Amino acid sequence: MTPNLTAFLRHRLFWPVAILVGLLLLNLIFTDNFFHIEIKDGHLYGSLIDIFRFGAPLMLVAMGMTLVIATSGIDLSVGSVVAISGALACLQISELGDQNSTGGVLRAVGVALVLSLILGAWNGLLVAGIGIQPIIATLILMVAGRGLAQLITGGQIITVNSTSYKLIGGGYWLTLPFGIIIVAVVLLLTALLTRRLALGLLIESVGGNAEASRLAGIGSRAVLMTVYTFCALCAGIAGLMISSNVSSADGNNAGLWIELDAILAVVIGGTSLAGGRFSLSGTMLGALIIQTLTTTIYSIGVPPQTTLLFKALVVTIVCLLQSPAFRAKVFHRRRRPTGAPPVAEEKVSVTA
Amino acid sequence: MFKRISALLITGATVLAMAGCSGGSDDTANSGGGSGDKKIVMGFAQVGAESGWRTANTKSIQESAKEAGITLKFSDAQQKQENQIKAIRSYIQQKVDVIAFSPVVESGWDTVLQEAKAAKIPVVLTDRAVDSKDTSLYRTFLGSDFVEEGKKAGQWLVDQYKDSKDPVNIVQLEGTTGSAPANDRKSGFEQVISADPKFKVIASQSGNFTRAEGKQVMEAFLKSNPKIDVLWAHNDDMGLGAIEAIEGAGKVPGKDIKIITADATHDGMQALADGKINFIVECNPLMGPQLMDLAKKVVAGETVPQRVVTDETTFTQEQAKEVLPSRKY
Repeated sequence: MTPNLTAFLRHRLFWPVAILVGLLLLNLIFTDNFFHIEIKDGHLYGSLIDIFRFGAPLMLVAMGMTLVIATSGIDLSVGSVVAISGALACLQISELGDQNSTGGVLRAVGVALVLSLILGAWNGLLVAGIGIQPIIATLILMVAGRGLAQLITGGQIITVNSTSYKLIGGGYWLTLPFGIIIVAVVLLLTALLTRRLALGLLIESVGGNAEASRLAGIGSRAVLMTVYTFCALCAGIAGLMISSNVSSADGNNAGLWIELDAILAVVIGGTSLAGGRFSLSGTMLGALIIQTLTTTIYSIGVPPQTTLLFKALVVTIVCLLQSPAFRAKVFHRRRRPTGAPPVAEEKVSVTA
Repeated sequence: MFKRISALLITGATVLAMAGCSGGSDDTANSGGGSGDKKIVMGFAQVGAESGWRTANTKSIQESAKEAGITLKFSDAQQKQENQIKAIRSYIQQKVDVIAFSPVVESGWDTVLQEAKAAKIPVVLTDRAVDSKDTSLYRTFLGSDFVEEGKKAGQWLVDQYKDSKDPVNIVQLEGTTGSAPANDRKSGFEQVISADPKFKVIASQSGNFTRAEGKQVMEAFLKSNPKIDVLWAHNDDMGLGAIEAIEGAGKVPGKDIKIITADATHDGMQALADGKINFIVECNPLMGPQLMDLAKKVVAGETVPQRVVTDETTFTQEQAKEVLPSRKY
């Protein structure tokens, strides 16, 4: 193998990209017109656009989750925050005299996002302030939050009829789905804050060893508060997208199990659950893989009874391919009796 | 905003407290087990609040329990069978007089129902059936006949296309995989349309009875199948989600693609009246009064029929316009 090719194969994102390409190839074979994109009613239309459109909420939630996991934490409450923010926004819009008034919709969106921030701060308080283990601290909001969302919707599905609200998750801007533009903006800001400023380093340092970071003069509590609040904000925006996409808020089902998908996306993207390093681009790829998998299942017509099995198989393959130990065993058994194990190199790569 | 936070805290505290004491003894005095004039205690394990239909069903049961003077212990399983089994076990431990529940899925109930039988607590199934061979495990099943609903939907379709010879491409949005309404509506529909080979189900996927998934699945259907004539959605909510997908594809729901759904919730009836849905098979959620009657009879030791069907009808667009103002749900 030439050195260039080896470097390419060893790149952190090689396997996620390979899997995404593999899934797309599967569609190329089994689905007609999968790669066909056309302009319909002044916006882009096609299966690939759908993947971005329906994947946008997961990408956002996974982005927040990445930072939380980088601090060696976890946030199980994102699904509930998704439900609460969508429910609160739809409740307010449904009470508006004119559901299309931009001011009213903006106010509803604002209130929902502020509540998401507060919920995130609550998580942060439990984790950083009181020192509860993240999985337990956020479990509280995961369970209670569903109840709160149902309290807001009164157990009913709130249907709204607002074109301005519809824009967030179901609308288009400059022919692109509006949701994906939001994701791009948030991603850009996050990448700037974490990779161009010191924040990313601080997060990784807290994830590596919170106590050592504190002794080194890093305000680890403030860092933890920030990531949990940011994570909830991402979930809040995702909640707006999901409810806006179907113009209704469903307290019980919106964002159900999205926390698991988000954690999966983070892991597929190569961020270690042990914390200490993270990859935003990897997470974005992970979220895209999950959404592509879902769309693939619908497009090629996997029977509903076997859908979960099919997903499980793909995820297992993805995780195995991602594991350096597994790859070393299977692919390099004969070629690698001496020399450094492949894991060693991965530990130091922390670039964006 | 403070109110909401305190509401959240209270909800959290309640949930934790409930998790703590489920399985423990409940201090309401109900150890008697249905002795005569004592207030009947009913344990009801609901599926969840996954649709407008379900919440109407919950409301009807809660209200009619109050009217009938029956103490209702209510639990929400959030569409998880294990939660429902837990709830039923806790009702057995609390020695309620009668247990009623709508099974999330059809199979896997034998063990817990055996436990109820051993504790001599009668069980009433509502809305959804179980596939258990041993019918002595429950006293009666009150609910809609989903096979019949599927047949009604299929029959309407057959009547609509009776003069046409062209093939009719149908896509189907199934309910939660493994649930009785999904299985039965699917098979009832197939029984009727299979008589004529021109009807072809070209794609069928689960939309999990929700709008969001209904929309997402329909988007994929629209892209991989250029010619779709009819959509058969196992409930209104998935149909409503699909309508958005169809509109997004530049087609007219109800005209370019004919839509049949089941349930007849308020939002669904509204869409029917607006011409976006063509036909709705009703599935009546207001079964509370009938359930309370049955519960009283069962506790009193009277014999009840093994199967009680709720009163149901179907709606066309014209009928929807007429009845919409007076609908309760």
